[in-house]
Amino acid sequence: MVSPADVPAIQVDDLVIRYGDHVAVGGLSFEARRGEITALLGPNGAGKTSTVETLEGYRSPTSGRVRVLGLDPGSQHSLLAPRIGVMLQSGGIYTGIRPLEILRLFASYYDNPVEPVELLEMVGLADRQRSTWRSLSGGEQQRLSLALALIGRPEVAFLDEPTAGIDPAGRQVIRRIVADLRDSGVAVLLTTHDLDEAEKLADRVVIIDHGTLLADATPAELMSAGKGDDIRFGATSGLDCGSLGDHLRASVTEEAPGEYRVATAATPATVAALTAWLAERNEPLADLRAGRQSLEDVFLRLTESAEAAREQSPGVAARRSSRGRRGRGAA
Amino acid sequence: MKAFTTQTRTELMLSLRNGEQLLVSIAIPLLLLVFFSLVDVLPLPDGVDKGVDFLAPGILALAVMSSAMVSLGIGTGFERQYKVLKRLGTTPLGRPRWVGAKIAMVLCLLVIQSIVLVGAAFALGWNPAGSPALAPVAMLLGAAAFAGIGLLMAGTLRGTLTLALANGLYLVLLLLGGMIIPFDNMPGPIGALGKLLPSGALSQVLQATLRADAPPAGTAWIVLALWAIAAPAAAIRFFRWE
Repeated sequence: MVSPADVPAIQVDDLVIRYGDHVAVGGLSFEARRGEITALLGPNGAGKTSTVETLEGYRSPTSGRVRVLGLDPGSQHSLLAPRIGVMLQSGGIYTGIRPLEILRLFASYYDNPVEPVELLEMVGLADRQRSTWRSLSGGEQQRLSLALALIGRPEVAFLDEPTAGIDPAGRQVIRRIVADLRDSGVAVLLTTHDLDEAEKLADRVVIIDHGTLLADATPAELMSAGKGDDIRFGATSGLDCGSLGDHLRASVTEEAPGEYRVATAATPATVAALTAWLAERNEPLADLRAGRQSLEDVFLRLTESAEAAREQSPGVAARRSSRGRRGRGAA
Repeated sequence: MKAFTTQTRTELMLSLRNGEQLLVSIAIPLLLLVFFSLVDVLPLPDGVDKGVDFLAPGILALAVMSSAMVSLGIGTGFERQYKVLKRLGTTPLGRPRWVGAKIAMVLCLLVIQSIVLVGAAFALGWNPAGSPALAPVAMLLGAAAFAGIGLLMAGTLRGTLTLALANGLYLVLLLLGGMIIPFDNMPGPIGALGKLLPSGALSQVLQATLRADAPPAGTAWIVLALWAIAAPAAAIRFFRWE
């Protein structure tokens, strides 16, 4: 065996990718294992695409090393191609072709493909057989694209934004298929900037920005890590933060309309005092989080603190200013 | 082998399903052949009595240009623009089989075109003479030259630009290539230029192999062979997959 089961399906070691003067990826290392969904998460321009395209064999590292199933995606492409499945974010399919035709075409490339009709039913496109690619809806195109990534029974699947721009029902179908894929032992590398998707689907989250690693952990670890010393709650916007702060003896800020943060540990006494203060004013409590943050909180904190650190060094700060606040862009 | 045959069949099917490609590779050559054979408006070279005897070789040259350059170029240009080529790059298909399937598709198109056009020419009273066995050789050289030009455009320009340029080039090469208007009827320098174009070289060679009293085409064979080497070489050199 070229790649025994204990070798990680994907290995990225100190990967550097430069385009001229621009450093797209600057010394990134992480691994992805079989039977796990690894989400590669980062804002636009973080280096996700460059990294994944290197793993797919489209480009060569400037320095560092990548291995997929123990193989070099560049020089051993022909050995690797039968064992990986790729879903591009958009396009990639003959516009005039029908679903079953493209599935049969791709099936002919592999030694032991999944039966095309079966796959068509699995992605819920059995009733769209007469339609050409260009007349399928965005969600249908994504599902067909996913089917094409799976037809060769890959050991590693690279899925680029698999649910981008899809209606909720289609998203459910795709998530179920991806989860089944993981359960059958496939290593899934999911590129996304949909934090909700990473939180729901991924076994492991690798957060990158500016081509460097910010975090590599399970979603649960990320969401419970660090920052246990605050309480976040949602309520009517415009509450008197000063008065509440005096009551709790801690600083209270309204971070977004109706989203509050109390800078103190979530002891039972503090939580009780908070709810009592709200009850006195007959203010309903929309939600309350203590200790555990959403992945979005973690993501914003990590990318923003990385940004703050970078702005200490003037050389990079100038380039950064044009990108604006990335909080919304990441959602 | 299964991948190659399925790829070829799919490419051919997509190409025949595409109305514009069918128009340019079959309908337009057929229309020109029938119309100008029946309506006596075009000048003919000295010594040719029947229009179809001059038109049939020229229209076969046009057919080669339309499938190998226009159809192939436009189709591949859009496949590149829509990232089909990029997507295929991660499958086990591989570039050699992809190129092979494209070549096979063009050859199949040429066979279909030849059957339709030669059939129509015979129906119009065509009487080929010369050395027709050499005509397929000339058509293959022409196909290589035009495919090189088509893929050069497809591999370097956007799909829509390839579409526009291929159609424009088609018209220029048709008019200057001696396919329906004899070189004798062009002003000297324009005719001389036309004979150096791949369309001009191919139509001269096909006239010489399919018409008894056509001028010998020794130089045209050399010009055609040079195009058949240079154009694919340029396509290989400059083609960008993404």
